[in-house]
Amino acid sequence: MGAISEQEIRGLVDAANGTVSRDIFVNQAIFDAELEQVFARSWLFVGHEGLIPKPEDFFASRMGKDPVILTRNKQGEILVFLNSCTHRGMKLCRYDQGNARAFTCPYHGWSFSTNRDIVDEPGELVGVPHFEAGYGDRLDRKRWGLARCPNVVVYKGTIWANWDSEAPSFLDWLGDMRHYLDFALDHRDGSSGGSEVIGGVQKWRVKTNWKIVAENFIGDMYHDISHRSVDTVGIGPGGTGRRDAQRPRLAIGFSDLGHGVLGEMPHSAEPDYAPTFASHPEVEAYYRKIYDAKVRNLGDQPRVTNSVGTIFPNMSFHSRQPRTILITHPISPTEVELWRFYLVDANAPQAVKDAARHYYLRYSGPGGMTETDDLENWTYAIGSSEGAIARRHDFNYQLALGQAKPVPGLQGAVQSGTYSEENQRIFYRRWAQFMSGMNWSELMPGSDATEEVAHAR
Amino acid sequence: MLADQQAAMERLLLHREIEEFMSTEAELLDSRRFDDWLTLLAPDIRYWMPMMRNVHSTNAKDEFTNEQAETNWMDEGLETLTQRVRQLATGIHWAEEPVSRTTHMVSNVRLLDVRNGTPREVDTSCRFLVYRNRQQDEADTFIGKRLDTLRHAPEGWVIARREIRLDQNVLLAKNLTTFF
Repeated sequence: MGAISEQEIRGLVDAANGTVSRDIFVNQAIFDAELEQVFARSWLFVGHEGLIPKPEDFFASRMGKDPVILTRNKQGEILVFLNSCTHRGMKLCRYDQGNARAFTCPYHGWSFSTNRDIVDEPGELVGVPHFEAGYGDRLDRKRWGLARCPNVVVYKGTIWANWDSEAPSFLDWLGDMRHYLDFALDHRDGSSGGSEVIGGVQKWRVKTNWKIVAENFIGDMYHDISHRSVDTVGIGPGGTGRRDAQRPRLAIGFSDLGHGVLGEMPHSAEPDYAPTFASHPEVEAYYRKIYDAKVRNLGDQPRVTNSVGTIFPNMSFHSRQPRTILITHPISPTEVELWRFYLVDANAPQAVKDAARHYYLRYSGPGGMTETDDLENWTYAIGSSEGAIARRHDFNYQLALGQAKPVPGLQGAVQSGTYSEENQRIFYRRWAQFMSGMNWSELMPGSDATEEVAHAR
Repeated sequence: MLADQQAAMERLLLHREIEEFMSTEAELLDSRRFDDWLTLLAPDIRYWMPMMRNVHSTNAKDEFTNEQAETNWMDEGLETLTQRVRQLATGIHWAEEPVSRTTHMVSNVRLLDVRNGTPREVDTSCRFLVYRNRQQDEADTFIGKRLDTLRHAPEGWVIARREIRLDQNVLLAKNLTTFF
């Protein structure tokens, strides 16, 4: 699907005045255009190194509506392929995860290898039944290899891919949003990396539009009221509320990039220790120790914290409590498949990991006592927006309009107070830029779009 | 011969007693008597619901996510189950407000192991079908197997352990606000 004309886009998204047409959440033609204009050009989260630890391990993932295979070849390279046989489209790999030397299609038996001892380019066609008699030398095995994603990057264990060979580098895509992602992925003691994904990915279907999920996590403190029932019950790791006490957070958004968080401004000293997981004395003692280590490790370096965030377009994360990654895969204008991955410090004691896991599961996911209420709201916000009359009425994003101020120390970032929809305005402005078919020099004016993308090693 | 018949009769009665217990539990859940349902749970109950992966037939050991080590749909004890019941009672738990309609069916009840110690414990397996109807047109059907350990406490049977094996890979319901 081609881009949408700039004139049409202006009728759909008016970020300056804080209104967005309901059509972009329910219209099939707009959804089809999103797959091409947004998902086929964006850096998308496809998995984590921990899901494919050994050579020839694979994990079946998705990018937009396309099924992909995330795999590590015999040489250790991390690769992403379209999970569809080049002959007749059969889904090549129908297992969620596993280990395979080659991918062989169940339909007509074509097989593909990633091993550089056997092929020049990973994904090449190596096995074709009746090759000699049926094709002679007319079948070019290189031409009919698996579609391979040209850009794949590993960032502190997380794996990201982009189908557009002209795309900017992943780090340019992130910009200074990187610091908030770091807070989720770095060790709690402040050292770089060090987190791991707990085995098992929660996957579930919800009848909503993917952007409703993205905009919720980009910094919507306003919806806190919807979680009063779980706050009353007190599932937090300290025994009250739904989290341990937090310092004040602000909506901080990256105006040119479409990302945003609820988080703190950069600061260069660690605030006083606050009890963490006080209901579990052994775990609390660990976090107290980790706090001291963080004070030592970071010294007076700048650091940030956040609770939630969204990296454009569909990767959302909780950095602190819980600590988790949520990918919103588009299925149709009014359906998504949510994938939740849960993070812990890899070298934390088992008791710390156990307490975290139990807490995560009672907070997030389809059984999470916080998330279940979100899922209800996301479903019916879209369900009641499909009618002809509803579509005439825009959604309102005017909270804290005109209150954005630059954030010292974060390039291109603005903060707009705690209760704000500036980040949502930023998100939809970015969405409109992609949907109108802007090229990379227009989309990334501050970066060198021709810069070579770092391939995963 | 008489002893054999006596043993068979005792087992039959136990089987019937367990089925009766499961039917009563289903009745409590479907009539939303959740506080009464909590009294059927042992203080040390383990209530967990693994996820199912699509794996190769020769790799069946990886089909279920692991208990107490990996992410599951649910993995909790009495404290969290009690919190869930309290959340339902707040009147502002929007996922179940207005309330859903549920029907719990239990069948194929088998006694896997009977331990006549103190207290007496019975390992059971059964099939469940839970139907949830919500608002105007939301309908979810949860079908699977349940492995329960029931304990005979002074006040009657209680659930000491429950493993819920839902026959789904991608969960096709938007949430799990129903007990199984």
